[in-house]
Amino acid sequence: MGGRPFTPLGLLLLTGGCGGMQAVLAPAGPDAAAVRPLSLVLFTGGAVIFLMVMGLAAWAILTRPERRRWLSRPGAIVAMGGIFPVATLTALLVHALLLTEWSGGAPAAADTPLRIEVIGEQWWWRVTYLDGDGAPIVETANEIRIPVGRPVEFVLKSADVIHSFWVPKLGGKRDMIPGRVNRLTLAADTPGVFRGQCAEYCGGPHTLMAFEVVALPPEDFDRWLSAEREPARAPAHDRATQGQSLFLAHGCGGCHRVRGTEADGVIGPDLTHLGSRRRIAAASFPMNQGTLAGWIADNQHLKPGNHMPSFAIFSGVELRALAAYLEGLK
Amino acid sequence: MKGWPLALLVAAIAGGCGGKPEHVTAGDAAMGREVIAEAGCGVCHEIPGIAGARGRLGPSLAGLGNRRLIAGQLPNRQDVLARWIRNAPAFAPQTAMPPMPLDENAARDAAAYLARLR
Repeated sequence: MGGRPFTPLGLLLLTGGCGGMQAVLAPAGPDAAAVRPLSLVLFTGGAVIFLMVMGLAAWAILTRPERRRWLSRPGAIVAMGGIFPVATLTALLVHALLLTEWSGGAPAAADTPLRIEVIGEQWWWRVTYLDGDGAPIVETANEIRIPVGRPVEFVLKSADVIHSFWVPKLGGKRDMIPGRVNRLTLAADTPGVFRGQCAEYCGGPHTLMAFEVVALPPEDFDRWLSAEREPARAPAHDRATQGQSLFLAHGCGGCHRVRGTEADGVIGPDLTHLGSRRRIAAASFPMNQGTLAGWIADNQHLKPGNHMPSFAIFSGVELRALAAYLEGLK
Repeated sequence: MKGWPLALLVAAIAGGCGGKPEHVTAGDAAMGREVIAEAGCGVCHEIPGIAGARGRLGPSLAGLGNRRLIAGQLPNRQDVLARWIRNAPAFAPQTAMPPMPLDENAARDAAAYLARLR
């Protein structure tokens, strides 16, 4: 808690879209940087045009009839109502199409991009790191760690309905469409945490389908990836051991996998290293024993409609044991 | 939310006039609000003034400052509340509330915020 990065000012900036971890106007990678000028042109251009239109409307209402007559001449209508919007919108369209074509495209041939498959599922993200041949290395969920400065090719799929993968600080959106594979290459210039969100309404708790991209220095990333490939840690103390027994006895493994244990479910997120993630429930809540216990017992209240039932079958002590076990899965 | 700093200032000034000094420990309520938001206390508790804090596994913390007891068993003092937040099971072995990963200062700040919920 020492740092307390969330000052009220920070919060204000975050909501203002001008700073923070999910800000279109504060790029942290080349693709987002390329989108920024277009955003600025749109916002300022839109504001200027709005003010001009309002000014002309005020002029038309307030001034004497003979002084506003020029506004209704065919020439003025054709110029301001036809030529100006067509020219402006066409220029923007051409620019945006070229930008879309360029951004998120294949990286320079010299770089070997890291490949990460991300599958949008109602309402979370299945994340699989792939090797050079496209074979899976390790599966995780809702948090994507990448090395700084190296292009990352995201292989985007959907398991159910259309989702959209969007990390505003790193680049543009790309849809995840059932039965199709879309690709998006992004890179981060600086270490940091960049929030992403599902940008296509996908039903139910779509609002709570977020994720975080954590950009690490390359050596930290390599260390993390090799740790991630390891099976789960054994419980470190009695309470966590009790939690593991409860986890296995109550069938949590029917949906969740914890590699190294008999829990091998594939329906829900892989929990092998859950405790090392920053947040839970698709980046909806912070990670700690309290939020884990609250999620297990009452998740349908917190994220209504998600596919995990609320498990109101545990005592307080049991909930704490489960939470201690899960948080210990570093 | 705009009224908060003013309300806190007023509360702080008023508290200095007629409060119970033995119940007041150092703690920054404004910081406490951020601590509570970052720790996700709202997953289990309804907490006025914290965005999204509408949990119902634990008791609502609305009006906590008016209550005489914490969890029905401890005197409602800020220092006790801070200790409860950091290690509830030490006081109530059957509770579902785990020890929250806050340092002493952060817990005191959180307690200062909660104590002002009246």
